[in-house]
Amino acid sequence: MTLAASATSLDDIRSTFGFFDSWQDKYAFLIDIGKALAPLPAAYRVDDNLVRGCQSQVWLVPRFDGDRLKLAIDSDAHIVRGLIAIVLAAYDNRSPRQILDFDIEGLFDELDLMGHLSPTRGNGLRAMVGKVHSIAREHTDS
Amino acid sequence: MKDSSWRGDFPLLRNRADLVYLDNAATTQKPTVVLDALARYYGCTNANVHRGAHRLSDEATAAFEAARETLARRINARSSREVLWTRGTTEAINLVAGSYGPLAVGDGDRILITEMEHHSNIVPWQQLCQRTGAVLRAVRVLPSGELDRDDFDARLEEQPRIVSISHVSNALGTVNDLPTLIGRAKSAGAVVVVDGAQAVAHFDIDVAALDCDFYAFSGHKMYGPTGIGVLYGREELLDAMPPWQCGGEMIERVRIEETTFAPLPFKFEAGTPDISGAIALAAAVDYLDRQDGNAVATHEAGLLAYATSSLNQVEGLRIVGTASAKGPVVSFLFEDAHPHDVGTLLDQQGVAVRTGHHCAMPLMDALGIPGTVRASFSLYNCLEDVDKLCQAVRTAKSML
Repeated sequence: MTLAASATSLDDIRSTFGFFDSWQDKYAFLIDIGKALAPLPAAYRVDDNLVRGCQSQVWLVPRFDGDRLKLAIDSDAHIVRGLIAIVLAAYDNRSPRQILDFDIEGLFDELDLMGHLSPTRGNGLRAMVGKVHSIAREHTDS
Repeated sequence: MKDSSWRGDFPLLRNRADLVYLDNAATTQKPTVVLDALARYYGCTNANVHRGAHRLSDEATAAFEAARETLARRINARSSREVLWTRGTTEAINLVAGSYGPLAVGDGDRILITEMEHHSNIVPWQQLCQRTGAVLRAVRVLPSGELDRDDFDARLEEQPRIVSISHVSNALGTVNDLPTLIGRAKSAGAVVVVDGAQAVAHFDIDVAALDCDFYAFSGHKMYGPTGIGVLYGREELLDAMPPWQCGGEMIERVRIEETTFAPLPFKFEAGTPDISGAIALAAAVDYLDRQDGNAVATHEAGLLAYATSSLNQVEGLRIVGTASAKGPVVSFLFEDAHPHDVGTLLDQQGVAVRTGHHCAMPLMDALGIPGTVRASFSLYNCLEDVDKLCQAVRTAKSML
């Protein structure tokens, strides 16, 4: 079975976010790209795949295709799915080295994301990033 | 009623004028008199208590023990020896489970709680069961959010040694019919513990009339500071209970071979207590005592009724918890929206609510929902706050 791939590219996210100045537009976009994500099949929505530290339920299933990490991530909350779409745009189908080298905090700053998230929600996003990083580190030599 | 005559007493609401604060079941804001009591204590009276070596310590001790008297009066305890300071409801219940629990239950004995309990009235009993071999049972909750009284009666037939129930559900606002429940539990031979965390800000508590054995509550949910709470306990039971934490303050005479313990209530108050917290909590109680209780109750009931009818008009919104007797709490869900999404969008609009399982996962499981959005009201909220909530809810709904 093929698991969900990122539906929205990083360039799309960057350019679209640039147009918005209201919180409402940003959230509407997050909800849209979240809804566009293919849902994780029920068989993968199990406790073993839960990311710890997220307030909502977030399931993450990693798989390697050669040296590229293929990620399927899903949540039961729409806004979280939108954040997942951003994480996927940054990390999915990249090598562990590319993942670890990518400046995700810089991306969050650029999108002014953290300023619009409650600290709890921001921590959940960081927990997701931390999980992907730890998988990437396990598969990096050095 | 459009406004609240109490609002001006709370500096935070002035300093955060744009905020619609509807998370009062989590913690209330503090009136000026409470902030002043804290500042006055540290500015004029700060010394350690019960040491008696100097005048300042005597003054601090007098203020600290006067605070205990104030709390004892507020809940109609027979004596201030029955009022123990704790960090809050959680610590109070842990104290009962940790000290009284092993005296009361052994292998196979029953402890009865309900499905609507906050985790702090579940987990301490689970731990006690693990240590003693006792068995934890929970009374079922009906879809309305009320206790299943038939199930309660059936569980009492198992003769639980301890029955521990909330006065008011933190997640749904359901007010349990304590006089009846306590009466039946005591007839069945149980010792009754009440989690009063959600009741103390809204109702007059009379532990003598309730005839409960223990009553636990937190100061910060009744306009007092965080970090201070009360365990009321019946004196005969407290006398029989062993100390829970040990150290200074709780001893009478210490030898390396043996220690004799201080009398009540000090036996249960090891270490330097939260002196300023206790004094400021008494200031919060004085504040409540000075208000017209009927006016507060009418105002809060009005907020609940208005919020219930207003939210019921939002299409697709379902109120969770429809008990006939409720505290000023409205929990709700949209059919197809996650409560966290709704909460996030309300937060963006300056409306502070709580979302999620409200530390009551077994209740959410029993109701078959992932959680709720909870708006909880206090005397300083007004109808305009409810209108802003409903407007923000409609905006969130249109986005999801």
